[in-house]
Amino acid sequence: MITFTVNSKPVSFDGDDDTPLLWVLRDHFDLTGTKFGCGVGQCGACTVHINGRAQRSCLTPVSAARQQRVTTIEGIASPEGRLHPVQHAWLDTDVPQCGYCQAGQIMATIDFIARNPDPSDGDIDREMSNLCRCGTYVRIREAVHLAAKLSDKENQS
Amino acid sequence: MKTKTPAQEQLANPGRRQFMVSGLSATGGLVLGLPLSACTPHPILPVADHQPQLGFFLELMPDGNVIIGNNQPEIGQGVKTALPMLVAEELDIDWSRVEVRQMPLGIVKTADGYTWKYGGQGVGGSTGLTGNWEFMRQVGATARAQLIKAAAARLGVPESQCSTKSGFVICKWPEATLAYSDLVADAAKLDAPDEPPAFKDISDYRIIGKRQKAVDAIDVITGKARYGIDTREPNMRYAVIARSPTLNGTVRSFSAESAKAVNGVLDVFKIDGPEPGAPYHILANGVAVVATSTWAAIKGRAALDIDWEPGPNRHDSTETFWADNETMLKGSGQIVVDDGDYTSAMRRADRVVRHQYRIPFVSHAPLEPQNCYADVKEDSCHIIAPTQMPSGASRAAAAATGIDRENIRVDIPKVGGGFGRRLTNDYVAEAAIISQRTGWPIKLQWTREDDIKNDFYRPAGLHEMRAALDEQGKITAWTQRLASASKYYRRPNMPDENLYKAELYDDDFPRNIIDNFRLEYFHHAIGLPRGSWRAPAHTANAFVIQSFLDEVAIESGQDPLQLRLDLYGDARELPYSGHGGPTTNPGRLSRLLRFVAEKIGYGKSLPNGRGIGLASHFTFGGYGAHAIEVEIGQAGELTIRRIVAAVDCGLAVNPQAVEAQLQGGTIDGISTALGLEITVKNGQVQQSNFHDYPLMKISTLPSRFETYILPFDDTPTGVGEMGIPSAAPALTNAIYAASGVRIRNLPIGNQLQEHFRNSS
Repeated sequence: MITFTVNSKPVSFDGDDDTPLLWVLRDHFDLTGTKFGCGVGQCGACTVHINGRAQRSCLTPVSAARQQRVTTIEGIASPEGRLHPVQHAWLDTDVPQCGYCQAGQIMATIDFIARNPDPSDGDIDREMSNLCRCGTYVRIREAVHLAAKLSDKENQS
Repeated sequence: MKTKTPAQEQLANPGRRQFMVSGLSATGGLVLGLPLSACTPHPILPVADHQPQLGFFLELMPDGNVIIGNNQPEIGQGVKTALPMLVAEELDIDWSRVEVRQMPLGIVKTADGYTWKYGGQGVGGSTGLTGNWEFMRQVGATARAQLIKAAAARLGVPESQCSTKSGFVICKWPEATLAYSDLVADAAKLDAPDEPPAFKDISDYRIIGKRQKAVDAIDVITGKARYGIDTREPNMRYAVIARSPTLNGTVRSFSAESAKAVNGVLDVFKIDGPEPGAPYHILANGVAVVATSTWAAIKGRAALDIDWEPGPNRHDSTETFWADNETMLKGSGQIVVDDGDYTSAMRRADRVVRHQYRIPFVSHAPLEPQNCYADVKEDSCHIIAPTQMPSGASRAAAAATGIDRENIRVDIPKVGGGFGRRLTNDYVAEAAIISQRTGWPIKLQWTREDDIKNDFYRPAGLHEMRAALDEQGKITAWTQRLASASKYYRRPNMPDENLYKAELYDDDFPRNIIDNFRLEYFHHAIGLPRGSWRAPAHTANAFVIQSFLDEVAIESGQDPLQLRLDLYGDARELPYSGHGGPTTNPGRLSRLLRFVAEKIGYGKSLPNGRGIGLASHFTFGGYGAHAIEVEIGQAGELTIRRIVAAVDCGLAVNPQAVEAQLQGGTIDGISTALGLEITVKNGQVQQSNFHDYPLMKISTLPSRFETYILPFDDTPTGVGEMGIPSAAPALTNAIYAASGVRIRNLPIGNQLQEHFRNSS
């Protein structure tokens, strides 16, 4: 039995230890916002936070989450439902097309701008490795810059 | 007073007038179902031939909000926003009042076969918007006319006294304002108008032509959007399939023992694929593993012990494919277009330019891997499929199970990318087979490896171009000779002489501009499945033609832009028999090309190692152009410095989505040109996942990427595919301008690095 928290709620999983966290979230907890794209850590559609840091959940065995804090796209708005600044930025910039990669992009961005509150395009290029098959990169870049501004404002207020 | 007839009876009786259908919906709103235009039963038609028949598109809520049904699959192209915009515009409601609901597949059985219930459903060939442009405006305009009629009747005034404003019917005298939601019950009882009401004038548009954000973005960014892969139904089991690693291979024998020992694995059995050469119902022979979770099924599959019979294609390879194509081009093929007198024009030439270009096989790789939910019962079936063709899903499930299509329900979830892959519903057939065999509701899941190794790939081909020039440098004769693996291979009832039609479009530029014009085709029957890949043959032919034009210009001392402008000429309609016709206007390409050239500063002097390339192309009714500036480093490192992309799509219904498609198409074109290729060795696809099929990342994208929409007239064209074809040749033309290295074989890969290594 592996216990951990997902979006601040305690959960437990009693299947195989090597089950990727991705499939535990999706099949066992019905948290389907986290997507399966490649299964080998390349595309980033499965990005979640473990203790606040972005991780590819398809390569993370559930055993690695034992006693850790897991956050998914479903858990980043405030408990009252107020959107996270990065979500706001994504909405304002109208980033999604098919939308499939966007939860992963948002989770990656939250971690990224927490570490780099004022990123340049070059910083984004180095840090944002998530794939988008629709090619929403132009708007992702805009949204990351906007998210940084919005987060900064939120931190100051 | 005419009596109401049930939908099916109406559909079975052409010529009989249709009526509005109304009823109270589950949410308490009134549903307004709109009969539209004449009703002629016919079998399900291809996507380009939408025939509006019956619609249930509108629900007017008591609070003034309006729910609009979207009948088409949303695959990231924006129809779920654009189509309801058309309805809302003509209905005359505020866009902020609109909520959009996805509709399922609607087909109705008639004496003459199946017919559409909600209008044709299917997205491909950039027709999702254009095919519904009249229909959806009619839905809105007819509803508005009925609401006016109902208001006039209630107030006892002529209809001419009434107009509408933002969800209300306004009567001038006696002064009255009636909410649509108060009128809908009356409106639904009225006869449909004899003539479809007139549409709004373009100058009165308040919604169409204005930027609207995607209606379901909020669901996407909160993780609530349900894609096919997110389906979860009671008692559902999970399945994966081990597919033959060799093209047309079969299962000689297998042992399920170790797979069944995996925790959660419930069943293991063989799945029969098509005979070699036969049309595909599914792609491959294999062994299915059914389990209590996705991961258990994947683990079970890994534990399988299968003895594969490699089959007749075990020696297929792309290396041989290219060599064969070269040999073929030395002979003579099928002359499919032959205008003027090509042979004597070539003989009289002052100069002949001749080059070969190679376009590789590529995979669609939508980010949501293929999946399908199927619940097959004794005599009914429920399908939830991420598909571009829900009617194809219904046919696939019917063929797989023997269940009548009228008892097959197909729901359309949000779809994680299409790119043409989901025009085929092989994965629906697989899920249906597994559900029928096990008796369980099944969610079939493909892994990324399944998807890269089992696809209907974009056809590969070797193109030979020849142009004859006179002393003034004018092109007097032109030919494109193509040896390729036709997409139409293994299509039912496809005569050999038509195989070329998927690869060479008869009327593409420069036909009807260069008098002596010839197209010649050679078919290669490599065993790799082929299908429609975004803008199908246009991606190959735009690359080849736009690269060759540059080479012709440069070798004859002309300017590549001016040569194009001379050929395109002024605005005029030329015949175009293919998709996107009946005419094409090369003057619209001139305008776009001039525009992007000016924006990027074409002709200005640049530092060493930098260069600008141009290209433009007509694709399925729309026009696109790119200007790209690159920098090539000392060791051949490529940096894209700036992209200027422009599209002429007639009227841009939602400029926001048009821009997104133009950006996305450009990136798709560049991504594919840079590094994507599917190769085969010993009958096996060699790529497997994104490490060896590397989609472009954000880091390749220049900070300067501008997109422009050049308006043309009052009618929209599709926009899903116009952004892609000219991107790759603009890039490689820029590479030549910067470095003198001509890329004739795609993908670009490390050709530049190799060139600079060898020349240093």
